[in-house]
Amino acid sequence: MISPVAPAVGSRVVRPPGELVIEIEGVTKLYKMGAEIIHALRGISLQIRRNEYLAVMGPSGSGKSTLMNMLGCLDTPTAGRYDFTGKNVAHMIDDELAEIRNREIGFVFQTFNLLPRSDALHNVELPLIYAGVPPHVRHERAMQALANVGLGDRVHHRPNELSGGQRQRVAIARALVNHPSILLADEPTGNLDSKTGVEIMALFEQLYEEGHTIIVVTHEEDIARHARRVVRLRDGLIESDGPVD
Amino acid sequence: MTRIVYEFTESLRIAFAQIRANKLRSVLTALGVIIGIVAVTLMGTAINGIDIGFQNSLAMLGEDVLYVQKWPWHNVDDWWNYQNRPPFRVEMADALNRIIDTTPNSLLAVAVPVAGRGGSVKAGENSVSGVSIIGTTADYSRIVTAEVATGRLFNEIESTAGRPVCVLGSSVADSLFPGRPALDQTVQIRGQNLLVIGVLAKQGDFLGIQSFDNQMLLPLNALRKSFGSRIGIELRVKAKDKTKLAAATEELIGAMRRVRGQLPGERDNFSVNQQEVFKAQLDPIKSVIAIAGLFITGLALFVGAIGIMNITFVSVKERTKEIGTRKALGARRRTILLQFLIEAVSICLIGGAAGLAITYATCLAIQHAMPALPVEFSVALILISMVVSIATGIVSGFAPAWGASRLDPVVALRYE
Repeated sequence: MISPVAPAVGSRVVRPPGELVIEIEGVTKLYKMGAEIIHALRGISLQIRRNEYLAVMGPSGSGKSTLMNMLGCLDTPTAGRYDFTGKNVAHMIDDELAEIRNREIGFVFQTFNLLPRSDALHNVELPLIYAGVPPHVRHERAMQALANVGLGDRVHHRPNELSGGQRQRVAIARALVNHPSILLADEPTGNLDSKTGVEIMALFEQLYEEGHTIIVVTHEEDIARHARRVVRLRDGLIESDGPVD
Repeated sequence: MTRIVYEFTESLRIAFAQIRANKLRSVLTALGVIIGIVAVTLMGTAINGIDIGFQNSLAMLGEDVLYVQKWPWHNVDDWWNYQNRPPFRVEMADALNRIIDTTPNSLLAVAVPVAGRGGSVKAGENSVSGVSIIGTTADYSRIVTAEVATGRLFNEIESTAGRPVCVLGSSVADSLFPGRPALDQTVQIRGQNLLVIGVLAKQGDFLGIQSFDNQMLLPLNALRKSFGSRIGIELRVKAKDKTKLAAATEELIGAMRRVRGQLPGERDNFSVNQQEVFKAQLDPIKSVIAIAGLFITGLALFVGAIGIMNITFVSVKERTKEIGTRKALGARRRTILLQFLIEAVSICLIGGAAGLAITYATCLAIQHAMPALPVEFSVALILISMVVSIATGIVSGFAPAWGASRLDPVVALRYE
């Protein structure tokens, strides 16, 4: 049992971990590339609890992206067990996974992935549309989510009218609007300058302190250091898993 | 259930944003559909128009009128059997009417003798040729639906006496008396002076079928004074119920054989004709229009459908990453399928609406330029073209939309 019980670095808050959200055991993933079979994951076991702030690190080809897709329920394992809040998602079909992604997971992408022709408000409303939330409720919740990331005055701006940092804030608002169990961020600062990157990481820190469970996938040590626990991958296996020092 | 409504409105919104963002591309894509819809609706208006124009003409002639004549209206190979049939005489109409009156529950109403000639009519310096001059009796008003604009039709006394009076069709009256009333003026046929006692209401013309406008009615006995008493006549018999024309025809044949004094086993020495024959003659014209129209429509819609399918494939390809994002946010297969189907259908519907507008404008232009040419726009055409547009959109959009809905979110998100 590994838990992030490291003492606070400086004045950093460490929240006590809650119940199990993700439980992975002996997960493998094979890809066929032509005649070649690639072992992206060779047997990974991992537990993530509520209130954790986890960084997944590893060089390219380490299986980092595959693990992230798995954690985000975008993909299913070839073998092994994957329970998400007690539900076995390893054998779910497409639409069931879509349901889990919609309700339990908030995605933040490196390239923001906002709809270019929709304003910030509509972008944030999107997960609520797929959740079947009635218009006035989703309008209200999207406005609130945008206000929470400091964009209450930018709701009707389109992505091309916003700076990179603002775009990523919209994406974060979108990820959080449906109150997911985890926030899953893939290289969230990869397309931002360092100053804006620091701002975004400060926002993540704030969200963590407010009680969100965050998983950041990154190859940058600086970014990983913001987390409370780091999982390092190499060649499809977990190399190390422990608190940030 | 509400979720699908939200997804539907979201899809509509995306579709129109997409079309707005790619205006030129959408218009070019819709072109095939536009042409197809114009073809199908123009064909529809033409067929409608022919039907309505014909119906009007038939109504004028009287749909429920049977024609007792020497020759049948269809072609005959054994013309010699018809050539020597005895002529009809005015007294036969009287005899027929007596039989009709004494037959209980007769399906026939009245028999009228009619003689017709083409000829020219003069009034002072003005003259009109090719007028159909019709001699008949006062009963004529009972078998036709002609409306008198001014004056009146001739009565029984004038009819029997063969008084020199006449009723003019509207275009005859206009040509002879331009800009002034024809009533109480005098016209001449073959040197005989006739007093104009009435003018018929304007009726319109259709595909050259004779209309009242180009007619002149006068008492049969007056006509004989100009054209001789040997002028051939025919009998027109009105049926009481136009839905029982076949039975009425049977009754008429029996009555006519009695009038003619024909023996059992003898072949009829007359023909009973009805306007159904005219209708049958129009069917090949309508078929040609329909076949040509369907061919053009089919071809245009086929090309249009390929265009829509192509553009939807392009749209799916361009927005692969967006599809991945939407799936990551919880869009299900159905949602993505619906989104691209609605986009394809929307382009088709816009094309369909544009096609309808073009057809409508064309119809108005035709009606304005050539009032005689029948075109008829209808609600059914609007419905048909909307259904055709939607069907085209669904058929052509389905394959790309299905492909999009099956995309693996991991692959789609990685797509650049």
